[in-house]
Amino acid sequence: MSGQGMQHTLPSPAGAPVQAFRASWGARLLALLVLIYALYALGQLDFSQERFIRGLDNGARFLGRMFPPNYRNWAQLLTGLVESMQIAVLATFFGVLVSLPIAVLGARNLMPSWATWPARFVVTLCRAFNPVIVAILFIKAVGFGALAGVLALVVASVGFVGKLFMEAIEEISMKQIEAVRATGAPFLSVVTYGVLPQVMARLVGFCTYQLDANLRNSTMVGIVGAGGIGGTLFAAFQRFEYDFVLAILLTIIAVVLLGELAANYVKRIFSV
Amino acid sequence: MGSAVAGRIWQRHTLRQKLSRMSLWLVIGIAVLLSLNSINVIWEFLLDAPEQMLDMGRRMWPLDWPYYPRTVHAALMETFHIATLGTLFSMIFALPLSILAAHNITPHKGLNLVAKTLLVASRSVNSLVWALLFVAVFGPGPLAGTVAIACRSVGFVGKLLGEALEEVQRGPIEALKAAGATQTSQILYGYWPSVKPAFWSIMLLRWDINVRESSVLGLVGAGGLGMAMNSAIDLFQWDRVSVILLTIFGVVVLGEIVITFFRRKLI
Repeated sequence: MSGQGMQHTLPSPAGAPVQAFRASWGARLLALLVLIYALYALGQLDFSQERFIRGLDNGARFLGRMFPPNYRNWAQLLTGLVESMQIAVLATFFGVLVSLPIAVLGARNLMPSWATWPARFVVTLCRAFNPVIVAILFIKAVGFGALAGVLALVVASVGFVGKLFMEAIEEISMKQIEAVRATGAPFLSVVTYGVLPQVMARLVGFCTYQLDANLRNSTMVGIVGAGGIGGTLFAAFQRFEYDFVLAILLTIIAVVLLGELAANYVKRIFSV
Repeated sequence: MGSAVAGRIWQRHTLRQKLSRMSLWLVIGIAVLLSLNSINVIWEFLLDAPEQMLDMGRRMWPLDWPYYPRTVHAALMETFHIATLGTLFSMIFALPLSILAAHNITPHKGLNLVAKTLLVASRSVNSLVWALLFVAVFGPGPLAGTVAIACRSVGFVGKLLGEALEEVQRGPIEALKAAGATQTSQILYGYWPSVKPAFWSIMLLRWDINVRESSVLGLVGAGGLGMAMNSAIDLFQWDRVSVILLTIFGVVVLGEIVITFFRRKLI
């Protein structure tokens, strides 16, 4: 009754003080289980210390052959890089173009369920498979080259931008939609004047992120033959030109960093 | 004075903002058109695509079910182990790096920069490229895949965790400092409780991504489902490829269910 506010220990229902920061038994048990699993999995994958050490030895030699990076084939590097950029730009553009209507169709606060379910299914299907697998399927369909890469990354972009954009639309305030609807606006005007202004900033964020992701992924789809700098990289690996590999990797990192700077700039322009 | 306000024209953007927006749209348009014009693509192949897809679908059907227990199941378990172990290893390395990258915990510009550069380098190289590197180092097999997954995940976990650490409220930290807590106690009792939910949700997200990614690492020889898929594709056994694709789809759906369950429990 008395002394409320003078108590320094937290009162528990039973009346005994509760010690702060005590580790719970559940957490300890979980940590133990994870440790046991890790040891079991290490055994399953047949990791041995001796192999790991031999690998490190190998790695040292490998690193030695990578340095210094070799930029003598810069023309080849540039061709691959330009193709990667083309793939990334086109895939992002068409991916966003396709995912806009799909996201509007899939938003549960704007559309009835007969429209949201198919749209959501399409987005989930696009997200389910790694771009590399999609690229392999498209290589079968349209042959080796940049086209397969563009198509694979369009699918990946629809999966990512479509999902996030859909969620962004579902979080908007419905009051403005009501207001636009009350003026008798048709559905398209509701979208352009009620929905888009509320989600534009986030959409720009998703698009710049996706451009960045597509640039990185276009280095990956090239490994299976879908064009871009990944093909150059894989070829250099197979010819054991590890110094050229390092040159390519450093270039990719630099381009990704530059892309991040550009994305920040774009976001600043569109955020006002 | 009233007429001056009434006569004013209200505009959302200033002239400069309008100009920068317009030029940005122009740059985007030019980039798309340039890419469309100069990309090395034979557009006739695009018209042929539906027919080719149909042909592939016909070869994939019926599914070669007996192939699943023979080979795919073992590969699936390998993929699962690669993803989980890779995530666990990445956690060990990402924790110290994220602490070094957060400027409010490590008030040293040089250390921040080093940690951030390491994290960016880890993120910029794709997991498939990491796998290529480690297949060259450790030889083909799941060891290369696990290390590749760990290396790629460190950047992701470290970046997001570092940002979460930087957003921690000053209050509890100030209180701990005032009580004379050491740096370690500040991290354990001030920072850790506030980033714990974020940390678990980042790890779960990364595990989900890793399960998907480790299913393709085998394409360059780093173990798991991709290895089975690679050999099936090379031998044009499309009915086996479809079994593997269906397995991957099942794993992805299962992963999503597990994630939702744990997220509700932990956060």
